[in-house]
Amino acid sequence: MKARIIVTLKQSVLDPQGQAIEGALAALGFDGVGSVRQGKIIDIELSDPVNAEARLKAMCEKLLANTVIEDYRVEMVD
Amino acid sequence: MKSAVILFPGTNRERDMVAALKKVTDIEPVIVWHAETTLPGGLDLIVLPGGFSYGDYLRAGAISARSPIMRDIIRRAEAGVPVLGVCNGFQALCEAGLLPGVLMRNASLKFVCREVKLEIVNAETAFTHLYRPGQIIRCPVAHHDGNYFADKATLDRLEAENRVVFRYGQGTNPNGSQRDIAGIINAAGNVLGMMPHPEDLTDPLLGGIDGLALFESIATPAREKAA
Repeated sequence: MKARIIVTLKQSVLDPQGQAIEGALAALGFDGVGSVRQGKIIDIELSDPVNAEARLKAMCEKLLANTVIEDYRVEMVD
Repeated sequence: MKSAVILFPGTNRERDMVAALKKVTDIEPVIVWHAETTLPGGLDLIVLPGGFSYGDYLRAGAISARSPIMRDIIRRAEAGVPVLGVCNGFQALCEAGLLPGVLMRNASLKFVCREVKLEIVNAETAFTHLYRPGQIIRCPVAHHDGNYFADKATLDRLEAENRVVFRYGQGTNPNGSQRDIAGIINAAGNVLGMMPHPEDLTDPLLGGIDGLALFESIATPAREKAA
């Protein structure tokens, strides 16, 4: 069983890395880019599917995301 | 003063810290590996030094904050043992929940290695009582993730409770930290985290001794206790 965790900075938190990417896109001539936010993807393969969603949520809360500044989303891949 | 310096994989400032501690105590500081589960007994100080524990993977200090030794550090901190986290140690204390907020990537996105002016905002803590309130000292910084962030309510509470211990002097904020915060203390007053490196200004050979009073402050009550 595979899951994908997507961690992004909260909207209220300034994202200098996203801004730098935005600047680089503009420098390459890509017009019409409103704004860029960056984050990370963590793929987890579970050997035991029992209680998967609750366990993944606990992993996010305890380690994978720092909820002071980050939001997370869990997607079951298969 | 009996002190322990915690060593994580990727810590690289423990020797500077030990050298600074030796200036204020006759007892050799103990280096404790992160995989240990128990700290030595009778400690007067626990130090989490600077470096890049676990290569800053996931988030700076995130993995080390979940190391085996951390459980005992949290236990001792709750029992009142003084804990000092410098740079990566500050990041780990925040990640471990011993201090509020988080240290984010520097606003400039650049690694910053230089000297800043540091204002002693609270000179009544166990770590700063030998400084004068409002005193400005020199102190080096060397970090990529020193941009202190907390929500507005937390920042207001830190200020109202006089828990902002250090601020970057006007115009020297090197990382975009909110309200120029360089170091904070917990509500009980025994856990201090700071981004600048006071251990690196404790000998005239290093260019100054502005950081020495921090270590003397910690050692003074400990010596009195022993006497």
